[in-house]
Amino acid sequence: MSVLVYTESEQNKFKKAAFEVASYAKAVADKLGTTVTAVAVNIEDTSELGNYGVDKVLKVSNTNLEHFNSKGYAAVLKQAVKAENAQVVILSSSADSKYLAPLLAVELHAGYASNVVEAPSSTSPFTVKRSAFTNKAFEVTEIKSDIKIIGVSNNAFGLVENSSSAAAEDFSASIPELGVNVNSVDKATDKVTIADAEIVVSAGRGLKGPENWGMVEELADVLGAATACSKPVSDLGWRPHGEHVGQTGKPVASNLYIAIGISGAIQHLAGINASKVKVVINTDPEAPFFKAADYGVVGDAFEVVPQLIEKLKAFKAQQ
Amino acid sequence: MKILVCISHVPDTTSKINFTEGDTKFDTNGVQFVINPNDEFGLTRAMWFKEKQGANVTVVNVGGAETEPTLRKALAIGADAAIRVNAIAEDGFSVAKQLAKVVEDGGYDLVIAGRESIDYNGGMVPGMLAGLTGANFVNNCIALEIDGTSATATREIDGGKETVSTSLPLVIGGQKGLVEESELRIPNMRGIMMARKKPLNVVEPVAADAATNSVSFEKPAPKGAVKLVAADNLDELIDLLHKEAKVI
Ligand SMILES: Cc1cc2nc3c(=O)[nH]c(=O)nc-3n(C[C@H](O)[C@H](O)[C@H](O)COP(=O)(O)OP(=O)(O)OC[C@H]3O[C@@H](n4cnc5c(N)ncnc54)[C@H](O)[C@@H]3O)c2cc1C
Ligand SMILES: Nc1ncnc2c1ncn2[C@@H]1O[C@H](COP(=O)(O)O)[C@@H](O)[C@H]1O
Repeated sequence: MSVLVYTESEQNKFKKAAFEVASYAKAVADKLGTTVTAVAVNIEDTSELGNYGVDKVLKVSNTNLEHFNSKGYAAVLKQAVKAENAQVVILSSSADSKYLAPLLAVELHAGYASNVVEAPSSTSPFTVKRSAFTNKAFEVTEIKSDIKIIGVSNNAFGLVENSSSAAAEDFSASIPELGVNVNSVDKATDKVTIADAEIVVSAGRGLKGPENWGMVEELADVLGAATACSKPVSDLGWRPHGEHVGQTGKPVASNLYIAIGISGAIQHLAGINASKVKVVINTDPEAPFFKAADYGVVGDAFEVVPQLIEKLKAFKAQQ
Repeated sequence: MKILVCISHVPDTTSKINFTEGDTKFDTNGVQFVINPNDEFGLTRAMWFKEKQGANVTVVNVGGAETEPTLRKALAIGADAAIRVNAIAEDGFSVAKQLAKVVEDGGYDLVIAGRESIDYNGGMVPGMLAGLTGANFVNNCIALEIDGTSATATREIDGGKETVSTSLPLVIGGQKGLVEESELRIPNMRGIMMARKKPLNVVEPVAADAATNSVSFEKPAPKGAVKLVAADNLDELIDLLHKEAKVI
């Protein structure tokens, strides 16, 4: 018996989410009195997992797995679950993890709980708390199947250091006919993504037009943040669809969310409720966003943001 | 081409979320239900395949009789037929099992579902349905073209997009991008009249166990009042974010 964790990587390096899911897996393993086994695909040096409680690492090296493929990766994880006799499988909330988890659930006849925000409150019955109704509420879910799959919400559990052996061994898995083949990937590699970001700088229709996004990008650069926007901004084509956050867009679970010229409609707030600290910059003191925010500045973005950039640069230089 | 569009019946995005029966049930009192937004994009894309490529479009929901107005709305938008599987949607797995039976019986080439429903946010039905039926699967799908039995799709990934080629039978988890917001169809009078005459078949469920069980619900803790910082005193904001909130 063990807890199996899928550790995601980007360009052969672990993502931060890999360490978060490992931390979560360690907490589950402690509750169950068992160990943590990680699956790492095409990663040379896996020793870093030893900082987060991983006992054993199954290293999979396969050129057919260079591009993420949900069916191929689900097959690898299924074989690892069988080999390790794993009872619980832990994944992140990335687009890739959410893509493969339902396929794995079918293969393993396992119940899957997504968007889980805490370690299980009980392991018999096995219950977890997850966010539902687009962060307007939490649901306590019991997973009834023998094997359980948990998708951990980004930044919900955090990193917990636990030094461990992380003994690596090679694991070879057979890959089925994939059925879906990647033609091309279009991705800005130098930009922080909303999913991975600890800080998100987001702007709305208050910015008047796409030509005014320079200062938003600059603020994001200074903070090492990702950029995002409200729905009308992407509908108007001012920003790409991938930046639209909210109930019908991407969820944001960053540590800090800075909203510039966004009114704070219920559908927008639903997507960002899981962010820990929210700052609003808006000319209208009556904007609903102020009710949902931790810190607010009533003022004109075109004056406030450039000043904030200068002051943050000075602050960063001092640090 | 036979297309099945999965429609989940969800509270309107402005709904206040409350619970009853000791926080174990969603309170539907005064809640307006709509077609799940992700499914609306998929349905409009299906209309495009109908008009341009002669596809036949069926919509399906797994749920009680209360979901029929939502299915009628999908018929008014232009679907040819509707199916309601008469079962309570217990969890993603049990819904996927019911839908797998519908797919098997109807021999659909393409199943368009949504990336996730905005109520339980499971994000699992399309993938499970693909797994159960052995179809190819593209999630977070933002563009889809079909030519014969070949398909080209674009999927949103963290920080960008990926274009893939695949083939029918295919299941997609769709979202905004499949069509633009401005292209979404709303039912017109003629559509509504025609929808009354279109078939809405109620089928009985197959045995399908749920793998998870919803135990109870909680609402997030209420928020404290916002701290306002003067626009000419941004050093204070930086100080608060650094020392109090500890986020920079
Ligand atoms: C079914 C449905 C789903 C939806 N889903 C989403 C969703 O997922 N995400 C989403 O964001 N929205 C969503 N919406 C839209 C939502 O209801 C709002 O219309 C939208 O969030 C408003 O965007 P906004 O705040 O950018 O624009 P506005 O509401 O126009 O607000 C602009 C704000 O900028 C302020 N402002 C103006 N000038 C300045 C200045 N110089 N400096 C500072 N502030 C300024 C104004 O005071 C105002 O508060 C959805 C709507 C529907 C019906
Ligand atoms: N009860 C249901 N009936 C029909 N389709 C559903 C149902 N529940 C979910 N779906 C489909 O599956 C998608 C994802 O839902 P979910 O897995 O519940 O987040 C939805 O957008 C629908 O297309």
